[in-house]
Amino acid sequence: MDQKSWRELENRCIQEEAPPCTARCPIHVDVRTFLRKAAAGDWDRAAQVLAAAMPFPGILGRICDHPCEQVCRRGEAGGAISIGELERAVVKRGDITRRRAPLPQKEQRVAVVGSGLSGLTAALDLRLKGYGVTLFEPGDQLGSALWHLLPGQIIEAETAVLETLGVTVRLHELIDGGSRLKVFDAVYLGLDSGAEPPLVPPASGLFIGGEPFRGYSPISAVAEGRRAAVSIDRYLQKVSAAAGREREGPYESRLYTSLESIPPRTALPMEHPESGYSDEEARTEAGRCIQCECMECVKNCLFLERFKAYPKQYVRQISNDATVVLGAHGATRRLVNSCSLCGLCAATCPNDLSMAQVCMEGRRSLVGRGKMPASAHEFALEDMASAMGQRAAMACHEPGKEVSRFVFFPGCQLSGVYPEHVFSVYALLRGNLGGGTGLMLRCCGVPAKWAARDGLFEEAIRAVEHDWNSLGQPVLIVACPTCYRIFKERLPQVELVSLWHTLAGISEQSGPRQSPLARRLAVHDPCTARHETGMQDAVRSLLARRGCTLEELSLSRTETECCGYGGLMSTANPPLARDVAARRARLSETDYVTYCAMCRNALAVEGKRVLHVLDVLFSTPETDAAARRPCGWSERRENRYRLKERLVGSLWGGSRRTMEAYESVLLDIPDEVMERMEERRILREDVQKVIYHAETGRDRFVNPESGRSLASFTLGHVTYWVEYSYEGSAFRIHNAYSHRMEIGDSSGLKVWGSE
Amino acid sequence: MKEKEQAGGGNWLCGRCDRPLELCKVQVTYLGSVFSLDLLKCPGCGAVVVTEEIAAGKMAEAEQILEDK
Repeated sequence: MDQKSWRELENRCIQEEAPPCTARCPIHVDVRTFLRKAAAGDWDRAAQVLAAAMPFPGILGRICDHPCEQVCRRGEAGGAISIGELERAVVKRGDITRRRAPLPQKEQRVAVVGSGLSGLTAALDLRLKGYGVTLFEPGDQLGSALWHLLPGQIIEAETAVLETLGVTVRLHELIDGGSRLKVFDAVYLGLDSGAEPPLVPPASGLFIGGEPFRGYSPISAVAEGRRAAVSIDRYLQKVSAAAGREREGPYESRLYTSLESIPPRTALPMEHPESGYSDEEARTEAGRCIQCECMECVKNCLFLERFKAYPKQYVRQISNDATVVLGAHGATRRLVNSCSLCGLCAATCPNDLSMAQVCMEGRRSLVGRGKMPASAHEFALEDMASAMGQRAAMACHEPGKEVSRFVFFPGCQLSGVYPEHVFSVYALLRGNLGGGTGLMLRCCGVPAKWAARDGLFEEAIRAVEHDWNSLGQPVLIVACPTCYRIFKERLPQVELVSLWHTLAGISEQSGPRQSPLARRLAVHDPCTARHETGMQDAVRSLLARRGCTLEELSLSRTETECCGYGGLMSTANPPLARDVAARRARLSETDYVTYCAMCRNALAVEGKRVLHVLDVLFSTPETDAAARRPCGWSERRENRYRLKERLVGSLWGGSRRTMEAYESVLLDIPDEVMERMEERRILREDVQKVIYHAETGRDRFVNPESGRSLASFTLGHVTYWVEYSYEGSAFRIHNAYSHRMEIGDSSGLKVWGSE
Repeated sequence: MKEKEQAGGGNWLCGRCDRPLELCKVQVTYLGSVFSLDLLKCPGCGAVVVTEEIAAGKMAEAEQILEDK
């Protein structure tokens, strides 16, 4: 992806946009921070926020006409914050003095005529930019009409800074005819008082501004002076007068802030309006600020939250990494690989920014540059290969038929977690659908897609297409929402129908055959079914027909959350995946029901009582299916093998497969060791291979005291170690662990010292 | 630390040579980088034991660092 596309993605995130108050303020005071400091009673810091943007905070802070309040988001939840009153409260209490030093002296000289707020501001800003500034005032004091609004000592104290910084002040100077101005390189006429403009000959370098006194807006007068100072500076520097100034004055912010969880709070009336807010009143009023920000996606995503920023920063980080030749920092790799690619962010973002798209681009870039760590996805890819291999995959017409009008595609995870349900569903489909219903067992290839291994993914898709063609292009009945989505995207020529539609149709035709369940269940929609409204409805209708009362989780359907398995989050960042599942499991006390085998599994790992829709349809009520323990990697793989064997044996009359030699190793694995193996992604068959290798070759270590053996075997890139003892009929496993480092220096590259 | 490892892993005998193992510097490789670690080794056939402590400790740490590099 090129820089421009990255920037386009980055700009979609609006979290860094100014809040509406700041955008509306003609000089963009950081109102949000100002209010936060004031709410904490930190008057000095609040005052400094004003002083950072205001040229004369002691003046403006007292008379600002606060246009910000018109757009305050609190206005829709109890009334706008009294920002103007709070400015007055803060300038009375906090330290508004600000150390300012002009830039190095420039040669050009500027005349400012009139000392209303715009003239004063222009004079100060231009002086700070390094110009020689002379301020002409026809009256006998600086401040002009401000004297009608404020006590003289405040005006004098605030404007004293001009002479301190070196502005030449000329009082009693009535500019007439303009000859006195000829020596200046530029002139600013600040017409704040609404007086007739002095007669100044039109000339280049003349700038006119100011705020007429009728309908006088002090904050706009300051903005006028500031705008004039920028224009004069650009004129004198001979640079573009207009470039990059779109957001100089008030503008409309793109920031979105949801008020959904903001309870209304009205402003408390002031006890003594004549003297303004008391300390306590000011703090309370400032505390009503909702501190506008977007964070819509982060609110609902543990992944986005855990990396402690928001998409704009993430896109910047990932694009820097992807577009810099030697990029690829560990932190960025963890970031792109930890996303579940579930798409909830895009569903909640006001601008449809998808972190899934961003993270996939990041992964693709890592793979393309050979920087993808093998440990992130290798195990899942290997599992996928096994599900596509001969022992698990098959494609057949219905037994006794030579054509298929339909073909059932359960998907590799349903086959791994619920082989018995796959068996039952297939029988049900054969019994109810005419025209032949074939069966296809294999993986749709999504792990390769998630791992950004485009070539591998393509192979998997082509394998599915090949099987489908070999069965005569039947209608594909798909159980897994992820497979469904993949085929919809990649095999548009295939007529797809979800198993849930098919089963809903069958149940309608055949009517209720079982007694209603009368169960209350909360539906967990899998993230890959997010946009499949029809599938979501079909599942609900199936459950309702079965007599279930359904509860909707606070995040469901298009806004559903991932269970932590999606996007290979669970192999790249297992602790995060578990936290994601645990949080999802806590949304309701009610038993969940879902229609993805991996969602069922991930939630069950966290101790949640959860059913698969097929449990509701096929399990007998006596078996408490919601409490069934989750199914580990080893078991899923073995289940897939056994499912194929059972199907081939019972339906197609196939002969038994010849066993691999290592399969003769019988294991006895205590639960706690099995748990550790699951966590370490060590399969039962890995352990069998290690022991088979050790026992046939005597390559092992022995402990004469305990009678245990320790052996290792390298499979692919991983070396597995198993500590075991032979207990008469089986090998008892005491421990298993693995590493990726190879013993010996096969490469002979860099030698690192021992630690 | 070393003594503890030796004590923990020192009970293993090489199954082939029937000899006790000795702590040696052994080179290990990952992603093109070579380290040297103190591991238990059979003085006879040179077979090396990687204990769980080493695999889940130093090795896992170094693997992570190299992958993040």
